[in-house]
Amino acid sequence: MSVKGVKIKLHDNALRDGMHTVRHQFTIDEMVRLAKALDDARVDLIEVTHGDGLGGASVNYGFPAHSDEEYLQAVVPKMKHAKISALLLPGIGTVRHLEMAHNCGIHTIRVATHCTEADVSEQHISYARKIGLDTVGFLMMAHMAAPEKLLEQAKLMVSYGANCVYATDSAGYLLPDGVRERIACLREGLPDDIEIGFHGHHNLAMGVANSVAAVEAGARRIDGSVAGLGAGAGNTPLEVFAAVCERMGIETGVVLDKIVDAAEDVALPMMESPTRIDRDSLILGYAGVYSSFLLHAKRAEAKHGVTAREILVELGKRKTVGGQEDMIEDVALDILRKKKELKEIA
Amino acid sequence: MKIGCAIIGSGNIGSDLMYKLKRSEFLEPVWMVGIDPDSDGLARAKEEGLKCTHEGVDGLIAGMEEGEIRIAFDATSAYVHAENNRKLQEKGVVVIDLTPAAIGPFCVPPVNLKDHIGKGETNVNMVTCGGQATIPMVYAVSSIQEVKYAEIIATASSDSAGPGTRKNIDEFTQTTSNAVANVGNADEGKAIIILNPAEPPIMMRDTVHCLTVETPDEAAITQSVLEMEKEVQKYVPGYRIKNGPVFDGKRVSIFLEVEGRGDYLSKHAGNLDIMTAAGARTAEMFAEQMLAEESSKPHAANH
Repeated sequence: MSVKGVKIKLHDNALRDGMHTVRHQFTIDEMVRLAKALDDARVDLIEVTHGDGLGGASVNYGFPAHSDEEYLQAVVPKMKHAKISALLLPGIGTVRHLEMAHNCGIHTIRVATHCTEADVSEQHISYARKIGLDTVGFLMMAHMAAPEKLLEQAKLMVSYGANCVYATDSAGYLLPDGVRERIACLREGLPDDIEIGFHGHHNLAMGVANSVAAVEAGARRIDGSVAGLGAGAGNTPLEVFAAVCERMGIETGVVLDKIVDAAEDVALPMMESPTRIDRDSLILGYAGVYSSFLLHAKRAEAKHGVTAREILVELGKRKTVGGQEDMIEDVALDILRKKKELKEIA
Repeated sequence: MKIGCAIIGSGNIGSDLMYKLKRSEFLEPVWMVGIDPDSDGLARAKEEGLKCTHEGVDGLIAGMEEGEIRIAFDATSAYVHAENNRKLQEKGVVVIDLTPAAIGPFCVPPVNLKDHIGKGETNVNMVTCGGQATIPMVYAVSSIQEVKYAEIIATASSDSAGPGTRKNIDEFTQTTSNAVANVGNADEGKAIIILNPAEPPIMMRDTVHCLTVETPDEAAITQSVLEMEKEVQKYVPGYRIKNGPVFDGKRVSIFLEVEGRGDYLSKHAGNLDIMTAAGARTAEMFAEQMLAEESSKPHAANH
């Protein structure tokens, strides 16, 4: 189908998903600088939270340089065009965190659950709707559910009060056909006034192609991160996607020159290490593993001497879901023990 | 002689509890209380010879004989617990709360069961499954040296998390966090819960991270943690340390797995088993105390 003239909203995730890449250590100044550059480029929505969402500060996911409240209070008042969103994973964050973010002036809350567990989001979605937030249901690891299952779960989120539902490719596993059938199923099965969104990861270099497929199938909110600044091999690089949209006649409202400069001049210098498809992030996409496991697995490799790749493949086999970062060291120790036993037998 | 018990809530937890109580030396399950006349749980209880009502706690109070029930287990939800508790207390029934309502003091048997003896408490709260599995380990570390922060991650299979837990997941995280700090004896507590839908279902697993104030005494903590594993195994035989304790600077991490006894629930649902086992153990302690008081009464009258 032709997408010429279709209007979509771009949602930048660099200041949330990108937090994974720096162990949640962005300075307030970095947050504000990048948010202002994105605002100036007329990106509609910008997410600002700990990488694992509100309340993510923990041993398991990492303690951030500043609290969610400090980041939000610094960024929200500086925005002229863009609206600020926050992410919340029930089981990690609670309605109390949501209240705090609301008091900081967020416009959008995204309540994220594993793609088959939408019913843990009722408390948070219904509260967000009640206080008048733009309320988004975010179905993670969407490759692990068939389109019909995803639709069933999306309907639950809509019944709680979500006005937009995402298919979230947290592992960067999906290929364009898989994206298209999921988004099309959501679009057909949900009321017209419910928006559909897509969140991609670039682990198999499919971020842009998948996002185009999503728009063609009816998605009208597309996530990305400027310069790809996100977990794994990063998110869909937003400036690249914006350029592709311009060529295809998809209207994003984004000023291409400015977002390209924001990527190069502001986002790139903030990276601790290059966000690229290396041997480990490739395995995430190949094996269907949650993208934010990447750096934790690399740390376990350094501490325990088991390769990140072995750990990630095993995590894929065990069908781990988002948030199970605690499995990484556990699995590394299991592999280590197994190797020792084999050596003793030999 | 045994102490008569009522189980409020005829779902998974209530049914599992019934089988555990039937094995007890001190407790006798007498009533099963539900709200749905067609529920499987009530049918099962009837088969096992329990008296049943589908009219909730009101049905129990109307139907029970004087002195028939001394202990009740509430396995309904945090939202109705307060009302159930009020009605039962009026009848002098001691209430073991298996919801995260936490009106009464927290009870984690190997840590503080003894503290509840002889205090005349009439309601104790069993925290949450994640709390029962992890707080003993936090306490095992904090009894060696000061823990400034303790964090637990509880992962359960999707099929073992009922609609009540899902609808009110914040109560789980908040109640567990409070108990990790207050019963585990850490300056600050945090709890995370994750549901995993993998098939076949995963075994319940928990991770405990403690941040100590001073460099951890590895030998003493390891010994304390291993002793605590044995304590919990006394009432949950399938409780085990899978990996750890791992020491990394001032971080102490313990990786646990909880296999249930499979009384009614599947063995992988160790999260539910540890709740019912802890509830039953707590009730036995109250029952022993009641029985001891009764046997001493006529003795005292002889003097």
